[in-house]
Amino acid sequence: MTATVPTTAALALGDDALVLSHRLAEWTGHAPVLEEEVALVNIALDLLGQARFLLSMAGDEDELAYLREERAFTNLQLVEQPNGDFAHTIARQLYFSAYQHLLYGQLADGDGPFAPLAIKAVHEVAYHRDHAEQWTLRLGDGTDVSHERMQRACEALWRFTGEMFQPVEGLDVDWAALEATWLDTVGDVLRRATLTLPEGPRRGAWSAGAGRQGLHTEPFGRMLAEMQHLHRSHPGASW
Amino acid sequence: MVTTTALEAELLRLAGSVPDPELPVLTLEDLGVVRAVHLRGADAVEVELTPTYTGCPAVEAMSRDIERVLREHGMREVAVRTVLSPAWSTDDITPEGRRKLRESGIAPPRVRAAGGPVSLALGPTRTRSSHPSGPAGTDPAAGSAVSRAATGPVEPVACPHCGSADTELLSRFSSTACKALRRCRACENPFDHFKEV
Repeated sequence: MTATVPTTAALALGDDALVLSHRLAEWTGHAPVLEEEVALVNIALDLLGQARFLLSMAGDEDELAYLREERAFTNLQLVEQPNGDFAHTIARQLYFSAYQHLLYGQLADGDGPFAPLAIKAVHEVAYHRDHAEQWTLRLGDGTDVSHERMQRACEALWRFTGEMFQPVEGLDVDWAALEATWLDTVGDVLRRATLTLPEGPRRGAWSAGAGRQGLHTEPFGRMLAEMQHLHRSHPGASW
Repeated sequence: MVTTTALEAELLRLAGSVPDPELPVLTLEDLGVVRAVHLRGADAVEVELTPTYTGCPAVEAMSRDIERVLREHGMREVAVRTVLSPAWSTDDITPEGRRKLRESGIAPPRVRAAGGPVSLALGPTRTRSSHPSGPAGTDPAAGSAVSRAATGPVEPVACPHCGSADTELLSRFSSTACKALRRCRACENPFDHFKEV
């Protein structure tokens, strides 16, 4: 058991959960069917619960969520990507939930400061992952149009996936094994969905990936502005 | 060795008698979320509460209700502390709680086999008429790592209205994060199912 709280890791994992939670909540009132709206927002709620716990390990959860500047967030660039069409949201969910499920699985097996959360959240994330897998099968192996749009979404987000396996200070994780298992499982889902595993670069100077260092893509600033403006305009507001 | 005094046992019973704010047919004892009560002086007490889901918004309402009940019982200072470990599981719901859920039209969670999502059905797709793994109620994600750990036949989710085992999944998430929405093929009623975690 580490005596001090690994703040870097708490912020990285907490920011992933917070930012994806906010993105998913943007579907409220816009999802294709009511059941799906409920599903996406329930997943957002699970992630928000994780974010609250993780950010509270690093400091005051509200200050961290609402008063930090863009460059202070260390979430993956993948989770800040706009919802796009439904296929883009599902591809983002597939890539991230498989990663988070494997990552929490490793943390749950350890005895570090994140084990209590991971043991609990890994069961919740298993449902997120199942949700994404079932939709990937449904869209990939659906109509010609849904197949084509799902393939396009998988391709579009592929360049954000390499960053997930960059080691995070304070996490006792076998990153190489995590990446290998992730590639296997995502590849398996895509194959069953009659989709093709994208072949483009997943990391490198020309590909995306520096969210963990505080470098973000352009849509993130606009998302933060919307997320933070109420708290910044009316400090301490509550209802 | 932690010993529990008679007063602590009484306070634990009182805290456990608080109804769940989202499923008021259940008490917190039925749900299995009140972990412990520790006296911290003559009239000060600390209660350990564990959330069902990490993001469960009912925790704040539960804490307020526990504080109120224990204050009414003469406690001057009540501190409700949220603990994550050991993690709550649907296996912590008591047999009495399961009976109450069924009676109020919610299919109770099945006892967990090896964890992970179970019993979700994918309808026919372009290249498969139905899932190869068998009849309704089997695990469509059998090929995924998520549910690979589950072994043996999975008990079907029975309809809480008519008892039929012939039910299908409508949505993995329902009115709250802890429930899925299903429909009975026999009596055609939709119903909530408390998901296994």
